[in-house]
Amino acid sequence: MKFTEGPEIRDTKAPAGPIEERWEKRKFSAKLVNPANKRKLNVIVVGTGLAGGSAAATLGELGYNVKSFCYQDTPRRAHSIAAQGGINAAKNYRGDGDSIYRLFYDTVKGGDFRARESNVYRLAQVSVNIIDQAVAQGVPFAREYGGLLDTRSFGGAQVSRTFYARGQTGQQLLLGAYQALERQIAAGTVTMHTRHEMLDVIVSDGRARGVIVRDMVTGEIERHLADAVVLATGGYGNVFFLSTNAKGCNTTAIWRAHERGAYFANPCYTQIHPTCIPVSGEYQSKLTLMSESLRNDGRVWVPLRKNDTRAPGDIPDEERDYYLERIYPAFGNLVPRDIASRAAKNVCDEGRGVGPGGLGVYLDFRDAIARLGRDAVEKKYGNLFEMYERITGENPYDVPMRIYPAVHYTMGGLWVDYDLQSTIPGLFVIGEANFSDHGANRLGASALMQGLADGYFVLPTTLGDYLAAGPFGDVDEEAVAEAEIKVRSKIDRLLAVNGTRTPDSFHRELGKLMWDYCGMERTEESLRKALERIPELREEFWQNVKVSGTAEELNQVLEKAGRVADFFDLAELMCLDALVRTESCGGHFRAESQDADGEALRDDEHFAHVSAWESTPDGPVLHKEALEYEYVKMTQRSYK
Amino acid sequence: MNLTLKVWRQNGPADSGRMVTYKVEDVSPDMSFLEMLDVLNERLILEGDDPIAFDHDCREGICGMCGMVINGVAHGEQRATTTCQLHMRHFEDNATITIEPWRAAPFPVVKDLVVDRSAFDRIIQAGGFVSVPAGSAPDAHSIPVRKEDADAAFDAATCIGCGACVAACPNGSASLFTAAKITHLSLLPQGQPERLSRAKAMVDQMDAEGFGGCTNTGECTAVCPKGIPLDTIARMNTDYLKANAK
Ligand SMILES: Cc1cc2nc3c(=O)[nH]c(=O)nc-3n(C[C@H](O)[C@H](O)[C@H](O)COP(=O)(O)OP(=O)(O)OC[C@H]3O[C@@H](n4cnc5c(N)ncnc54)[C@H](O)[C@@H]3O)c2cc1C
Ligand code: SF4
Ligand code: FES
Repeated sequence: MKFTEGPEIRDTKAPAGPIEERWEKRKFSAKLVNPANKRKLNVIVVGTGLAGGSAAATLGELGYNVKSFCYQDTPRRAHSIAAQGGINAAKNYRGDGDSIYRLFYDTVKGGDFRARESNVYRLAQVSVNIIDQAVAQGVPFAREYGGLLDTRSFGGAQVSRTFYARGQTGQQLLLGAYQALERQIAAGTVTMHTRHEMLDVIVSDGRARGVIVRDMVTGEIERHLADAVVLATGGYGNVFFLSTNAKGCNTTAIWRAHERGAYFANPCYTQIHPTCIPVSGEYQSKLTLMSESLRNDGRVWVPLRKNDTRAPGDIPDEERDYYLERIYPAFGNLVPRDIASRAAKNVCDEGRGVGPGGLGVYLDFRDAIARLGRDAVEKKYGNLFEMYERITGENPYDVPMRIYPAVHYTMGGLWVDYDLQSTIPGLFVIGEANFSDHGANRLGASALMQGLADGYFVLPTTLGDYLAAGPFGDVDEEAVAEAEIKVRSKIDRLLAVNGTRTPDSFHRELGKLMWDYCGMERTEESLRKALERIPELREEFWQNVKVSGTAEELNQVLEKAGRVADFFDLAELMCLDALVRTESCGGHFRAESQDADGEALRDDEHFAHVSAWESTPDGPVLHKEALEYEYVKMTQRSYK
Repeated sequence: MNLTLKVWRQNGPADSGRMVTYKVEDVSPDMSFLEMLDVLNERLILEGDDPIAFDHDCREGICGMCGMVINGVAHGEQRATTTCQLHMRHFEDNATITIEPWRAAPFPVVKDLVVDRSAFDRIIQAGGFVSVPAGSAPDAHSIPVRKEDADAAFDAATCIGCGACVAACPNGSASLFTAAKITHLSLLPQGQPERLSRAKAMVDQMDAEGFGGCTNTGECTAVCPKGIPLDTIARMNTDYLKANAK
């Protein structure tokens, strides 16, 4: 795939000066909107997960006139609901030496020095307010007997800064945001449109001024205009078909904004989570995450010998390889996600994997049960064990769990500046949909933090600054009509093919291709193969897909087909981005770039930048944004 | 496994609907119930038929979006399980399985197994929140909460809003859902100032939506995938009575 290089991005709008003061400075310099004018300003928020829900509720309360959209039947079901482990905040309630600076430091290092310092510092600062906000809303976080909040530690950090609500932290935080949102709906400041899918952004006079949506029940195509548009539409991990994401997660909203001019940053950074239940058959529709906390007590191993088909209990200790403890004696089973995932892949590639197809490793509680007793293990992990048994039909108290890495989170997304504004003025992007804070890897418990920081605290300030220049007057009717026609013709085209393969069968094939060639490990050769194969498969899709039903009804096949079509285009850009980045970092492992021990080898001299892709009729254009580290010294990550 | 499915098909709210029989073959016992339907739907699409519409998203038992009445029981016979977490190994080979949507007047059928549960959102809009402004909350440690209270509040807060309780109730009551929400907030100090007005507003809204009254049959808690207990309803009733006595 051909691409050209365009001018560098030089200004990210972050204020200069000491890092601790930048956000204060930005807040102070932001223009305020007179309360009487707020009502006249219309804002569209697409997505009602933690990012969108918190943003719409806050903007509504500030007095703006907000319209909110989601594709589920109610905002409370957004994918954020599934987050299990917890949310980080630099509260230092434990007095174990945590601080804003330390959370900032850990996050920049965890992201393999591919995140922006200013953004991450702000995230750490704001994290403290998130917990206060959620508690005031009635989010039932875990408590100590003294009535104070409990915390735990999480992969990649040595302090206890993760707040949690049993294994359902995302659910409880989302219900908090949802309830705040429903309160605004009742107050009339937010109008909610559920079962509506956004299919295009309206750009008029160079500004984002609205969206085209499809009512998923009647099929009606609607236009909604506003003074600014916020995308909070989540990640695109489902490009791999199998992932831990909810089935509906997709890329359509951000992809179509990309086609309208928004740059797409670091598309190739995909986080793979090491502890998921392995694939069991061809029909499988998604992968289920087993909480990372299991690795606190479970020990990971595979047989020493290849193709050892004995039952795990029949393999004596001397014939087991506790490979994480062996290779990483300092962190052992608790190494970060990218490291644990790749190690599992390596032992399976050697032919030592267990379970069907040899794609699995054991997560064994035998020693924990012997040490702590079955009751204690049950108290700590009982619900997870039950979930495992429900899905696999095996009892993990008796036989070790089998786990394998799976696609989990996408660090890439639309490029935004310090104000969370994309390269289209008036189009803001928050939560997993943007690229901003995580770099090449995301530490556990930091996505929830980012989504809520963006929605409750950052966006309401920076969007206000933008809106202070509004209202922006009439929208160009031609721009609206053009967007509407584009949406309709795509739908008509999908329905007209009437071929012999279902959208799902294409999605499955594309996903497998991406996993094999652009997954946990990439090589120049694999990426070139993918870049050859994807256009062929896309061509076949447009020749041979079968979409039943009509456009004027609830039509889940049509919805699916539209999303798969966008995944093809995104997949191609992901592979291109991965091909160009000839270094390894975080979730991006180029096999050509590793050290003598097989660890990821970064190339700071050539790649300490964000890759922001522009879509043009002549193909993609790469803009680089240099990353400068003034406060954290770039070092090789080592967990040995 | 080979199965016979009797599935409720309904084109839209105006259509009267009917049961249609399908045979599915080569079902793996490891499939989830929804994956089994996916396989059937793939076939229907290729045969030029309309696939069966059903709601789902997380497929992890947490979003509350899936839901169907399986052999007469909301989410199927297995206790404390959502439809997406139900696996085919719990069915006999050659079994006949009937599949229907939630049936309750306030949950109109949108298409096939998809129903409109927006009445639940309107119950929350009536008062299912703490009125706290964004951006200026006091330090979280300034409000200690007894661990027992926090745990009990959490237990109630785990309701996923699926609506199985309504579908199972002979009166079509939404009491378990509403009570779970009221109980969650009423057990926490943050929820106290609006406690009684909240209970009143939410219960009144529940009635206005056309949900039936609770006669303590307990069908709701039996099918609830999150095991929300009946005593939440007693708590709701107490607060409601107090609110009306004021
Ligand atoms: C199983 C699991 C466990 C996790 N655990 C943790 C954890 O413990 N800690 C942590 O920090 N992170 C965790 N994460 C990651 C975290 O949950 C997500 O990154 C985060 O919730 C994303 O939030 P969001 O608001 O950006 O998007 P989402 O919650 O994905 O919301 C997207 C919203 O956009 C809407 N939408 C999308 N496209 C359109 C469209 N075209 N038109 C209209 N609406 C649209 C959807 O309806 C939805 O409302 C976990 C993720 C998974 C999968
Ligand atoms: S109370 Fe139980 S059955 Fe009813 S909506 Fe909540 S989780 Fe579903
Ligand atoms: S699909 Fe989310 S609970 Fe079943």
